[in-house]
Amino acid sequence: MGIIKTDKLVFEYIRRDEEGNVEGITRAVDEVDLDIAQGDFVAILGHNGSGKSTLAKHINAILYPTEGTVWVDGMDTQDEKQLWDIRQEAGMVFQNPDNQIIGQVVEEDVGFGPENMGVPTEEIWQRVEESLKAVGMYEFRKYSPNKLSGGQKQRVSIAGVIAMHPKCIILDEPTAMLDPNGRREVIRAVRALNDVEGITIVLITHYMEEIIHADKVFVMDQGRIAMQGTPREIFSQVEKLKGLRLDVPQVTLLAYELQKSGVALPDGILTVEELVKELSAVYHRG
Amino acid sequence: MSIILDHVDYVYGGDTALAVHALRDVNLVIPDGQFIGLIGHTGSGKSTLVQHLNGLLKPTGGNIYFNGEDIHAQDYDKKKLRSKVGLVFQYPEHQLFETDVFSDVCFGPKNLGLPRQEVELCAYAALKQVGLEDEYFYQSPFDLSGGQKRRVAIAGVLAMKPDVLILDEPTAGLDPRGRDEILDQIARLKEETGITVILVSHSMEDVAKYVERIIVMNRGSVLYDDTPVEVFKHYKKLEEVGLAAPQVTYIMQALYRNGMPVRTDATTIEEARREILRVLGRQ
Repeated sequence: MGIIKTDKLVFEYIRRDEEGNVEGITRAVDEVDLDIAQGDFVAILGHNGSGKSTLAKHINAILYPTEGTVWVDGMDTQDEKQLWDIRQEAGMVFQNPDNQIIGQVVEEDVGFGPENMGVPTEEIWQRVEESLKAVGMYEFRKYSPNKLSGGQKQRVSIAGVIAMHPKCIILDEPTAMLDPNGRREVIRAVRALNDVEGITIVLITHYMEEIIHADKVFVMDQGRIAMQGTPREIFSQVEKLKGLRLDVPQVTLLAYELQKSGVALPDGILTVEELVKELSAVYHRG
Repeated sequence: MSIILDHVDYVYGGDTALAVHALRDVNLVIPDGQFIGLIGHTGSGKSTLVQHLNGLLKPTGGNIYFNGEDIHAQDYDKKKLRSKVGLVFQYPEHQLFETDVFSDVCFGPKNLGLPRQEVELCAYAALKQVGLEDEYFYQSPFDLSGGQKRRVAIAGVLAMKPDVLILDEPTAGLDPRGRDEILDQIARLKEETGITVILVSHSMEDVAKYVERIIVMNRGSVLYDDTPVEVFKHYKKLEEVGLAAPQVTYIMQALYRNGMPVRTDATTIEEARREILRVLGRQ
């Protein structure tokens, strides 16, 4: 069993009108089976309302399944006794950094999680230092969070999660509110955590370029998993993705358009380097 | 008919030790009917700048003129200015509050004191302009999807019939199709009505695709003010100030360095496609 596993996960919620009468039932997640191995970098794509955030909230027991089961590191999320262990092992980072930062000083904010877990004071400081170094924010440890840019704040949020020593981090659109530089910083930090620390990453995003290095991509639609595969397998299916209200990275789209105009290129080009290499070959063949 | 910013300065907390110079000597002319992209890193002064355009903030130095009149003159009608220069904030759907979509959109024109029939006509036209179907008009705005809610919020501003529409990151958090739909709709609106549009965005790809002029802010000053092609030629400098060029710009630069004689100033997929096909002799 992987670090995160779901078996026929279903989540339904009841819609009510203003008087509280039941209007209907919406099935937000519909029989999803996931099995994510420790150390994987997994991306979840899907249009607004496809169920990806609802799915993510099951992984650290913010929501419980209506039917089916979710296990985190072998622990059933419906087992209340293990709730705090699950939340410590699977940390979550949300879209808006301003809603996640509570400390007056960066290092206090990062220490909040381990402090609540009852970690001894000396170790808290050690963890704060390691976590801030892991996201490249150590030099800002004495700053007030409101003096930081969006990308920096989001990296502090991530450090706050790392300080709890999770095995897995779920990031729900962590770059949606950031400028290009902030997006680069956050994605670089997340990739380093995966590569260097071996932390399992589940990244939800609407920016296709951010996930070209993922080990596996899941695409959700109407609460179900509509596509899964490597980034190359997924991004080779341009029309299908567009049908699901998604897109491909610009470089992939340009390659696809050139293919349609008769230029011989392989499917699913993901990086600028790949496209340049292939096009140069075509050009020099004449 | 235009907005003119003349040596505009803005300092926060002026008399304290924490004074921040948010705008420094900004000079801009925004004529009617342009589609303008406003870009800059977080904290570069974009939002401060747009809040000056409809008089929400008052410059600590310099003047702002709308259609030739100083908007901070004593007898200037600010309320009218705010109906003429419509500002759609980030995540505008958080400001929806009425029980149904139509009432929510009526709120703006109603507050302008228009007669009821005219209010409703304005609201109807605005909802049509953002492409919302009639079937949603009497639903609660909270039952709509993210993209639909955002359209309703934009319609709420359009219902006041502004001459200038300012959108602060209108596509943040939307899926790719949702982003295209909103921006296509705005582009069409601009074509049909001739309204001036100022788009604040962190997506260089979107800016390159839609706008005719880009204003780049850095540390409270205007760094560049030119066409997308000219602005993105400075891609190295843009990176230094926390921005980037669209991915196609990097592709063209790399192709050129690898010995393909392409022009490197393409900023959209379509321009890049045509240029590559030209060099490959396929057209």
